[in-house]
Amino acid sequence: MLEWRRRREPSAAMLYASPLIAVALTMLIGVAVFTAMGYPGAQAVRDIFLTPFLEPQRWPDLGVKAAPLVMIALGLAIGFRANVWNIGAEGQYIVGAIAGTGVALATHGMTGWWILPAMAFAGILGGMAFAAVPAFLRVRLGVSEILTSLMLTYVAVQGLYYLVRGPWKDPDGFNFPQTRLFGADQTLPVLAEGSLVHLGIPLALAIALVAWLVLEKTTAGYAVKVVGLAPQAARHGGFRADGVTWACLLAGGGLAGLAGLFEAAGPFGQLTPQFPSGYGFTAIIVAFLGRLHPLGIVFGGLALAATYVGGEIAQTTVKLPQAATGLFQALLLFVLLATDVLVTYRIGWKARAA
Amino acid sequence: MTSAILVSILMTLVAASTPILLAALGELVVEKSGVLNLGVEGMMLTGAVAGFAVAYSTGSTALGLAAAGAAGVAVGMVFAILTLSLNANQVATGLALTIFGIGASSLIGAGFVGRTITRLGPVFPDALSDHPVLRAVFGHDGVVYLSLALVLAVGLFLRRTRAGLILRGVGENDASAHAIGYRVIAIRYAAIAFGGALAGLGGAYFSLALTPMWADGLTAGRGWIALALVVFAGWRPGRLLFGAYLFGAVMTAELQLKAAGIAWLAPELLAMAPYLATIAVLTMMSLGRQAGRAGAPACLGKPFSAS
Repeated sequence: MLEWRRRREPSAAMLYASPLIAVALTMLIGVAVFTAMGYPGAQAVRDIFLTPFLEPQRWPDLGVKAAPLVMIALGLAIGFRANVWNIGAEGQYIVGAIAGTGVALATHGMTGWWILPAMAFAGILGGMAFAAVPAFLRVRLGVSEILTSLMLTYVAVQGLYYLVRGPWKDPDGFNFPQTRLFGADQTLPVLAEGSLVHLGIPLALAIALVAWLVLEKTTAGYAVKVVGLAPQAARHGGFRADGVTWACLLAGGGLAGLAGLFEAAGPFGQLTPQFPSGYGFTAIIVAFLGRLHPLGIVFGGLALAATYVGGEIAQTTVKLPQAATGLFQALLLFVLLATDVLVTYRIGWKARAA
Repeated sequence: MTSAILVSILMTLVAASTPILLAALGELVVEKSGVLNLGVEGMMLTGAVAGFAVAYSTGSTALGLAAAGAAGVAVGMVFAILTLSLNANQVATGLALTIFGIGASSLIGAGFVGRTITRLGPVFPDALSDHPVLRAVFGHDGVVYLSLALVLAVGLFLRRTRAGLILRGVGENDASAHAIGYRVIAIRYAAIAFGGALAGLGGAYFSLALTPMWADGLTAGRGWIALALVVFAGWRPGRLLFGAYLFGAVMTAELQLKAAGIAWLAPELLAMAPYLATIAVLTMMSLGRQAGRAGAPACLGKPFSAS
C-alpha cells in the first residue's frame, strides 16, 4: 500500500525538481486532453511547448512575450512571499499603459530622447497608483487586497475601452477604437533589425537580477520573507508588516505598469481594445512556476511565453483554438501545485502494522 | 402603466441577482467549513458552458442545469483534492481554478458561439406568470425560487441542525473538531462539492436564463463579486440575500441608465459601477467594524492535516 510520508525537512532537490516534473506531467495530461477533444494530441503539445524552443526563428517572439511576464511575475512574487495577494496585476498593467500613453499623446509630434523615459516613468507611477488603492484599503481598513485588486482590473479594462473609443480616439483613424500610433521617439528601440526584439527584454533580465539581490541579500528582502512566513516573529523583530504590504503592492504595481507601458510602446505602438492580453493573470503562474524566486521566474516566464508562441503555432498546424493555450496554462498551474506535495512529503510503501 | 414598469424592473433585478446569490451561498458554506475557494468565477464559467452545451444538444434546460451543477462539483473536486489531500495553497489553487474555468469554457464554448437556445421560462401557468402585477411574484423561473429556498435551507442548516453545527465547528476550530472525532477533511470535501454545484448552477443561469446564447467570459467577474458578498454578509445567509439583491439593483440601474442613453455618461463608465460598488461596500463593511473580519470562520484559508 502506498502512503505519503512527511519528510523531516523539505526536500531541496524536490524544490527544484518539482517544477520540471510538473512540466513533464502537464505535457502528458495535455496530450490526453487534446486527443480526447479530437486533436492530434502529441503534435499539439509538441507545438505548444517544444517547437518555440527548438526553432531559432521563434526565439525573438519568445523573448518579446517572456519580458512582460517576467516583469509582472517578479513584482507579484515579492508580494506572494509576504502573503500579499495582488491578483490585479492585469489592471495595473493596463493603467501603466494608459498613463504612459497619456504622455505619448501629450507629446505627439515632438521629438527628444526624454520622451520615452517620461512615458516609462508615467507607466510605473500609473501602476503604482492603481496598486496603492488595495494597499491603502488593506493596511488602513483591513479590506482583502485579493478582491479589491481584482475588482480594479475590471475597472481598468472599462477605463481603457472608454479612452480608446472616446477622448483618445485617433482623429485620423476612420473611427476605429484606437489611439494614434506612437512616434519614433515614443516607441521602444528595436534591438535587432527587422524583429520585434525590444529594450524590454534585457531590462526584464536586469530587473530579475536586481530583485534577486534585493530579496536574498538585503534586510528589506529578509523582512518580506519573515512577514510572510512568521508574522508574529516579524513583529517581535521590529519589521513593520504594514510597510511590507505597501512595498509589495507598490513594487508589483510599478513593475506591472512598466510592463504595460513597454507592451504599448513596443509590440502595440498604440492602445487598442485588444490590449488587455491576460499577461497579468498568466504572470501568477509564472511566479509559482519560478518558485517565487527571481531567477526561477526568468525560466518560468520563458516556459509560459512558449505556450503563447506555441499556441499560435498549434493554431495553424493542428487548428487548435486559441483558448487551448489558456487551458494548458491552467493545467500547468494545477499540476505544479499538486507536485508541490513532493517537497514536504514523499511516497513510500506503508510499513506493515507491527 | 407605472406598475408594469416597476414590475419589469423588479424582474430584471431578480434575474440579475440570482446567479450571484447562488454562487455566494455555495461559497458561504465552503467558507463556513474553513476553506477559501477563490475559484468561484472558474466554477461558474465551467457550469455556464456545460449547461449551455447540454441544453443545446438535448434541447432540455433542466438537463442543462443538472449538467452545470455536476460540472461545478467536478471542478470543485479538483480544488478539493489539491487543497485538502495534497495541502496545496488555497489562494493559488483557487486562482488556478479560475484560470482553468476561463480557458476550458472558452475552448468548449468555441463551437457554440452565436448559437441560441430556448430561454429558461417561468414555472407557474401563464395566467399567473403573464399577469401584469402578479408576475412580480409568480413570473420567475424555477431557479429563482430554488435560490430563495436554498437561502432558507442553508440558514436553517447552519443554525438549527447538528450537521450545520459540526460544519461550523470544523471551520472555527479544525483541530478540536478532529480531536472530538469529526472527519474534518471529509466534511470540507462535502462543503466544496456543495459550493461547486451552486456556482455551476449560478454560471448556467447566465447562459440559460439571462443571455440564452454562448459568449466568452459571460460571467464577467460575477464570481468575484459573489466572493465579496460573502464578506459583506458577514457569513450570514439572510444578509447574503439582501446583499445579492442590492448588487442586482446596482446592475439593473446600470442597465436602465445605459438604455436611457445619458449623453455625458459613457457606457464604459457605467460598466465600472458593480466593481466600484463592490469595493465601496467592502470598505464600508470594514469601517463599520474595525476588526474587518468579524464573523469570519477562524480557520478560514488555513490548511489542516491530521498528523
